[in-house]
Amino acid sequence: MDKKYEVVIGLEVHVQLKTRTKLFSRVPYFFGEPPNTLIDEVVLGLPGTLPVLNQAAVLKTVAVGCMFGCTIARKCKWDRKNYFYPDAPKNYQISQLDQPLCSGGFVEIELEGAARNLQGIHRKVALNRIHLEEDVGKLTHFADESRIDFNRAGTPLIEIVSEPDMHSPEEVFAYLKSLEMHLRYIDASDCDMEKGQMRCDANVSIRPIGATKLGTKVELKNLNSISGVCNGIRHEIQRQICVVESGETIVQETRRWDAEKNTSTSMRSKENAHDYRYFTDPDLFPITLSEAQIEEQRRSIPELPFAKQERYFNELHLPYTVTSVLCPEKSLSDFLEATLAIYPKNPSASANWIANDLLRECGHQPLSASQVTPQHLADLVRLVDEGVLSKQNAKEVFVEVSRTGIPPQQVMREKGLEVKIDHDALQALCQEIIAAFPKPVAEYRAGKEKALNVLKGQLMKKTQGKVPIGALEQALIACLKG
Amino acid sequence: MKEEILFQPLKDLIDGLSEKRFSSVELTQTCIDRTQACEPKIKAFLSFDREKTLAEARASDERRSKGQTLSELDGIPIGLKDIFSEKGQPLTCASRMLEHYVSPYDATVVSRLKASGMVCWGRLNMDEFAMGSTSENSAFHVTCNPWDVTRIPGGSSSGSAAAVAAGEVPLALGTDTGGSIRQPAALCGVVGIKPTYGRVSRYGIVAFASSLDQAGVFTRTVSGAAQILQILCGPDLKDATSARRPVPDFCAEMQKNVGRRWKLGVPEEYFREGLDSEVKQSIEAAIDFYKRQGYLIQPIQLQTLEYGIPAYYVIASAEASSNLARYDGIRYTYRSPSAKTVEEVFARSRSERLGPEVKRRILLGLYVLSSGKYDSYFYDKAQKVRRLIYDDFQKAFQSVDAIVTPTSPTVATKIGEKSTPLSVYLSDIYTVSVSLAGLPALSIPCGFTASKLPIGLQLIGKPFEESTILSIAEAFESQHDYWQQKPPL
Repeated sequence: MDKKYEVVIGLEVHVQLKTRTKLFSRVPYFFGEPPNTLIDEVVLGLPGTLPVLNQAAVLKTVAVGCMFGCTIARKCKWDRKNYFYPDAPKNYQISQLDQPLCSGGFVEIELEGAARNLQGIHRKVALNRIHLEEDVGKLTHFADESRIDFNRAGTPLIEIVSEPDMHSPEEVFAYLKSLEMHLRYIDASDCDMEKGQMRCDANVSIRPIGATKLGTKVELKNLNSISGVCNGIRHEIQRQICVVESGETIVQETRRWDAEKNTSTSMRSKENAHDYRYFTDPDLFPITLSEAQIEEQRRSIPELPFAKQERYFNELHLPYTVTSVLCPEKSLSDFLEATLAIYPKNPSASANWIANDLLRECGHQPLSASQVTPQHLADLVRLVDEGVLSKQNAKEVFVEVSRTGIPPQQVMREKGLEVKIDHDALQALCQEIIAAFPKPVAEYRAGKEKALNVLKGQLMKKTQGKVPIGALEQALIACLKG
Repeated sequence: MKEEILFQPLKDLIDGLSEKRFSSVELTQTCIDRTQACEPKIKAFLSFDREKTLAEARASDERRSKGQTLSELDGIPIGLKDIFSEKGQPLTCASRMLEHYVSPYDATVVSRLKASGMVCWGRLNMDEFAMGSTSENSAFHVTCNPWDVTRIPGGSSSGSAAAVAAGEVPLALGTDTGGSIRQPAALCGVVGIKPTYGRVSRYGIVAFASSLDQAGVFTRTVSGAAQILQILCGPDLKDATSARRPVPDFCAEMQKNVGRRWKLGVPEEYFREGLDSEVKQSIEAAIDFYKRQGYLIQPIQLQTLEYGIPAYYVIASAEASSNLARYDGIRYTYRSPSAKTVEEVFARSRSERLGPEVKRRILLGLYVLSSGKYDSYFYDKAQKVRRLIYDDFQKAFQSVDAIVTPTSPTVATKIGEKSTPLSVYLSDIYTVSVSLAGLPALSIPCGFTASKLPIGLQLIGKPFEESTILSIAEAFESQHDYWQQKPPL
């Protein structure tokens, strides 16, 4: 990036809310159904039809607002945004102009770390507002005609508008990732950009470093993937720098990003901007929310991923490589916490089992499809900790448990993997080694605990790794003290 | 069966059916015959479906023969303004834009009529998209006033009023946005009531101005209106603006109110210049009647009267410009065959098939909503004026039970007589303020001019007090025979 300029970016992100039915009609919505099958007279805006609000969408938006620390409006109205376009059944969209359901707030982002095992910098991106509106249909263009699918029309969308508070494509990437993670976390949306569940427009401007006044902004549209957003913005920054460097001025306009050609073209200038002729929708009364309703949504917000990560660092002493896997996925961290509720002694082992083995076993299936329960995992970790099962054999037991759902104890016994220790023989071996290595023995007895490792290593060699370390250690210490 | 029955109060029809003096098929056939006889002169209908209607009548007779009638109105025919969705029937709003549109669903009010066993007869003419007060804005034809076929029937529910007046159908539904039930009722000499905004579901009624539109009914008598209203009124989950409050038993309330002496407000502003002298005389005679009955007549002031028309045309046109945007040539409407691009589909389809009055109001609506105009001049201000008008009425209602005024400043004018839009707009002066305030109001016949043209009396009630104005209207009707007069057809 050119060091002479500061980049300023604000995003408008549309996210499809996961509700059972559409925003103003009782028709369900699923992605990928045959065209024009998820419709009724209200969705199509046939003459005489009226919208009736789906309260669940409002509450879900409130939950999103609470999650991002927004101020929730106690009362707000619906407005009509008027414009002609074939995918809009009524040629107006029911939206919220000047009384958004949520205002202010912020999204915490985590920038990429210097290495994969290092946590990156965190910062907060300020939000301007989040409002609720209805989606339109989808146009598909063919050689000599265009067709409209109204399945998507009327599904609830939230528009999350950030302040011009990001300064690099990397921050934008982290912002979108964070939005995705948080919205999935509370099941507000699946945020799949491929399916149009998350759509993004970017406002980009540059200004000389140190300037306080914002530069002329350009709106970028048609950014269809997270990497597309970043590429589009990267290209736009360079374009603007070139314009300024060649002594020209930036024109306020809307540009369309073409990911295939890796370039953008002008769609319309400010002079040709739409006049949406907003006015209050007379078919709907304002939304009113009681403090209790808002509070209920606020209470429904679970501990969020970044807070959880901090807690895992501080309380469980888990490494970033593990927290970065477990924290963004609620099902994984829930699994860990359920396991720790049963067997709290070895969080690191439990977390590693989940982050590595459990995820590997699940493959692309959701966690809920796995046969392994927190009880199973707790038992397995305990068996290893108690020296009843070797780490090596535990892997085999885990695979069997995850495929059959049979408790680990049973698998272990049936497969004869339980460690059978001949305590007398082990004691004899310990004595033998103590006699053979007087130096580390003396050091250990003088208080140098590390010296034990030398003796342990010898013992492992003698037992060929068949006896769990826990049991070896216990026997060795007993002999040394005895 | 004699067509005379079609001029009788609704009660006589109900009794005739229940006492099996005639069947629903006979009654319906009488309507059909009368319609066929009158239509060449009146042209109240846009279309009708004899077979469908007779099938409904037969089904009703079958229910009755098994003792399974759905209500006492089972088998009674009713006409629908061509703005109410009826499944499988045309829904044109008297517009070439929707000339071939057939609605796939029933409006809530139509469902309610059907659930009561009523027989829907015909699609009645109107001003295009309910914009107008003469029927001259219908894209298909002008409806004539049964009292003088060279004159307008009023509008926009022109066909509904004319058909009831001519005895083509005993009852009809209409809609009222700024006077579209009351004014044609007055001009055709029938009863027309617009309930409180929110009383009747708007679901399935093609929207003109959503914050003003309200369905109502045309009948020969006040008690008939009360009976139909009983079916129409009540909350509807499909209309978020429908009032969530219980509906009283209108007929029982009217019974209770017999002999009650009400306080009537007479706003002096409604009797000034512009009011036809014969109309004025007739209204004053009616007020005099009430006085003689022991009612307290109190002069009141409604100083916002003159602001009603401009505020109404700003608000109604703004909402209409948005409501009518969906008629764009893309889906179910007419599409211009010459259009090559999307923009041309929009522009040409609309240019070719929307009428001049509809275009005028859309343009006005677009203008008042456009950026810079919205706050500073029009829409915002008009809403403030609307509030003042409401407050004005509220203040008046602190001291009176109902307000009595003329319904229309004149009787029916000649077809083509009013040449400027403004002169037509002004004919709504006494009705639009009531609509802006969302109040219930009705018009009853209260006399005739020397040339035998009907005159209407408007009674305006407090919000949700339809019973009061119905009671006051019936007190007048029971002592006069204007409703019994038949037009010279």
